[in-house]
Amino acid sequence: MGSYVPSTRSQQEEMLREAGFSSMEDLYRDIPDELKLKAPLNLPDGKSELETDRILKALAKENKEYLSIFRGAGAYRHYIPAIVQSVVNKEEFVTAYTPYQAEISQGVLQSIFEYQTMICELTGMDVANASVYDGAVAAAEAASMCRTPKKKKVYISAGVHPDTLQVVKTYCWAAQDEVVVLPLKDGKTDFSSVEAEGASCLILQQPNYLGIIEDARAAGECAHANGMTFVLSMDPFAMCLLPSPAEYGADIAIGEGQPLGMPLSYGGPYLGFMAATSKMMRKLPGRIVGETTDAEGNKAYVLTLQAREQHIRREKASSNICSNEALCAMTASVYLAAMGPDGMQEAARQCYSKSHYLAQQFERIGLKRMYEADFFQEFVTVCDNPQELLKKLDAKGILGGMPVEGGILWCVTEANTKEEIDALVKEVSA
Amino acid sequence: MKTPVELKYVKTHEWVRFTSDTECEVGLSDFAQDALGDLVFVNLPEVDAEAVKGETICDVESVKAVSDVYAPVSGTVTEINEELLDAPEKINEDPYGAWLFRLSDVHDTEDLVDAETYEKICAEEGN
Amino acid sequence: MKTLFDRSVAGRHCSILPPCDVDVQTPSETRQKALHLPELSETDISRHYTELAKQTFGVNDGFYPLGSCTMKYNPKINERAAALDGFANIHPTQDHAQGCLRLLHTAEQYLCEITGMNAMTFQPAAGAHGELTGLMLIKRYHEQNGHPERTKIIVPDSAHGTNPASSAMCGFTVVNIPSAEDGCVDLEKLREVCGEDTAGLMLTNPNTLGIFDRNIHEITEIVHAAGGLCYYDGANLNPVMGIVRPGDMGFDCIHLNLHKSFSTPHGGGGPGSGPVGCKAFLEPYLPGERIVEQDGAYAWQKRSEESIGAVRSFHGNFLVVVKAFTYLTTLGKQGVPEVAMNSVLNANYLKHKLEDTYELAHKGICMHEFVLTLEGLKKEIGVSAMDVAKALQDYGIHPPTMYFPLNVHEALMVEPTETESKETLDHVAEIFLDVWKKAHEDPEYLHGAPHHSPIKRPDEVKAARHPVLRIPLDD
Repeated sequence: MGSYVPSTRSQQEEMLREAGFSSMEDLYRDIPDELKLKAPLNLPDGKSELETDRILKALAKENKEYLSIFRGAGAYRHYIPAIVQSVVNKEEFVTAYTPYQAEISQGVLQSIFEYQTMICELTGMDVANASVYDGAVAAAEAASMCRTPKKKKVYISAGVHPDTLQVVKTYCWAAQDEVVVLPLKDGKTDFSSVEAEGASCLILQQPNYLGIIEDARAAGECAHANGMTFVLSMDPFAMCLLPSPAEYGADIAIGEGQPLGMPLSYGGPYLGFMAATSKMMRKLPGRIVGETTDAEGNKAYVLTLQAREQHIRREKASSNICSNEALCAMTASVYLAAMGPDGMQEAARQCYSKSHYLAQQFERIGLKRMYEADFFQEFVTVCDNPQELLKKLDAKGILGGMPVEGGILWCVTEANTKEEIDALVKEVSA
Repeated sequence: MKTPVELKYVKTHEWVRFTSDTECEVGLSDFAQDALGDLVFVNLPEVDAEAVKGETICDVESVKAVSDVYAPVSGTVTEINEELLDAPEKINEDPYGAWLFRLSDVHDTEDLVDAETYEKICAEEGN
Repeated sequence: MKTLFDRSVAGRHCSILPPCDVDVQTPSETRQKALHLPELSETDISRHYTELAKQTFGVNDGFYPLGSCTMKYNPKINERAAALDGFANIHPTQDHAQGCLRLLHTAEQYLCEITGMNAMTFQPAAGAHGELTGLMLIKRYHEQNGHPERTKIIVPDSAHGTNPASSAMCGFTVVNIPSAEDGCVDLEKLREVCGEDTAGLMLTNPNTLGIFDRNIHEITEIVHAAGGLCYYDGANLNPVMGIVRPGDMGFDCIHLNLHKSFSTPHGGGGPGSGPVGCKAFLEPYLPGERIVEQDGAYAWQKRSEESIGAVRSFHGNFLVVVKAFTYLTTLGKQGVPEVAMNSVLNANYLKHKLEDTYELAHKGICMHEFVLTLEGLKKEIGVSAMDVAKALQDYGIHPPTMYFPLNVHEALMVEPTETESKETLDHVAEIFLDVWKKAHEDPEYLHGAPHHSPIKRPDEVKAARHPVLRIPLDD
């Protein structure tokens, strides 16, 4: 049986005696007997490390690992440089708590400060927080930032990730906000039904779930003309090639940070990033690190603007977030540092070029795109029986695109080679 | 502790300076700023907001606390002291100069007390 | 310390990507603003973070008695299991993921057994996220039963700030009730506030003073009799797992912090995992898809019509669940109560060593943690809880949680956890006593503490008054 209790049996007895207890059971003498478990828990026996290792490896083997992946749909496989894992596996970072004690947490605080800076640079916004749980929750938290007693209606594009749409609906149901879903027309969001009355914000995703590049600037203008805050959820690679959220006119820029160095991980841990104009700084949820000086005038970092947060404002806080995704934020920082500005822009260009190459090759074999509008790294082809095609690819060790209504949503990133793409096309046409 | 005699006070530690029969400025007393410690931000009300006597109208933040500011009288907010948004320390440095907001159509003034009474209230709280 | 941007040299880079192997294409509209990211070699990056690691204190660096955070040792086998390619490289929407499903399904069974619940969702990514989810279940329950007028959540004044904040986010009104002297629920006060508008009660047991509320059955009965539901905040589960179960105490739903009781690391502020468990009658309202088993094969089943929807994308922080599952596999039925008992033993042992010197907020047996109050010391010689906490840093131990719970003045909340040895606790007790002595000999020295850390006390007022939240960069 495995255990991480270091005290030996005789030490435990010594400690019990010294603290005035007759036995381990005696420690619980304040708990009424009728509440106590009468039999051991119905769990398996404990295991040695070797046995545990075998069990976990066997479970991992039950999953199918694909060498060739052409699916995104909210979780993207990019190449992860070796330095990323090496840095974020450092025990100090892994095993620290939230940096409440600034004097002995400067490392983690500085890493968050650097992360905030890089998110601001990517998005073009003024301020960023230390992260939220994922991109979907970032959208829900952004909607919450815009809520006022008189503005309780959220407009959201039907083109956001389906999970994002559902999470926003769930959070808004709880907060008694109305959610109005703006339909897609030819793959792009149709804003023509927007009305100013009571509207708090407009949430758009760029590129949208179907991979299409939206008219984000027009969306922003529509939002502002109707007195709404413009919330833009954007892929971090798309920001490096397409205009940044700030250039599109976003007031709040959010998104899923998983593509920045986090493996697919069957859906998590991921990273929700949030940035905003300085006007909205005090509405940002969660931890924020600021620079200051210490008692001797040296540069120092601390958690700041804490009076926004739940531990001080309690029921008046606009968000309850406490733990966030700090180590994932550090992962993103190390990833961005390793890629550098040129590497990020090159990766974005490759995602765009290679996905367009695949679309063109598909077209050549008669697989038509469902929408004409340009896309970033994902696109939908018309397909009557997606499951049949996906099954065929699966047999060849290829994870094909995501089945969507009437077709398949394909994704190509810099991690897919031309050879792989050509092989995919060959299998599809076979 | 300073309590200028020309001002009126309420027991929740706001001061009121009448600029006409129906208009006034509202701020936080010296006693209040001292108890709150270094203020780091002021969430001011919106212009045109209705102040209702005894109800929360805005709040002030220190590093580790948020404190509500209560409307000492009823009225309509006509102006807010935007200078404080960038320099909340003015409330600590000069509590009776650093007004938070101005009200018009002032009414419900029955809770106001004079400086002498207010000092007694503070003395009791201090114990 | 230089920042990543200070180290940047124009033109320097790592060589990560090969050249593009298809024709380069460009969208019609592109980014205009230059992209300022640091330009660094791999050596620069490696040394930078090694330097930052030296200025970060983790559980691996030393004793970390952060009360209410359960900073136990994070076993390495958990980390290695979660890093296996067969977990890390699995797409969340792929069909062939039987290993992931089996793991999630088994973890759900284990955790339901430990808590006395019938079903669990792993979508919530942290404790506060779990609270919000649990409250949503309560809200949906009352809606479905035709009682939308039940809008009040009762929260004791000693509760963590996330409890009232989560309630407010869920559209509830918070009713704060004062606790009795020992932090336990005042039954009379509870009866007074319970009524037809009561949606539910949120509680930790043991409470934030580390005391097990022995009236717990009566408490949950009062709330149930009034038509409300009972929510268990699992932050303090560590000392009672395998001993008592929230389900048996009368709770209807709970959240767990896998990054506390179940040994997954906290990563300097996340990722955590805050699974929410519930009794069968609440199961239809759970968010996300549910796993069903048929003949040894597992599948995701679409959520029910009554479900609250989703609180996160996909299936939550899956790799964190892998770590907790690995831990539970190691501990098994014997190891779980062993953890609980030793966490209580360690807390009581350390408390015993300190109680003749320091003043306790509450005397008597504690569970996993105890709270000291330095109010007397502060009045007597002006040394505060903050001063003592900072002085502890100079001895190479992490300070306890400061100024919480709010109903204790000058509080220091100490939670040693079960993974500390007797030798460590003996040594730590000496340190606490030494700090006490120093406080009396030279209070000024403590006001200036810490003296040996990378920085002295930071100016938090300056940071909040004039926020600098990013490195300024020239365009």
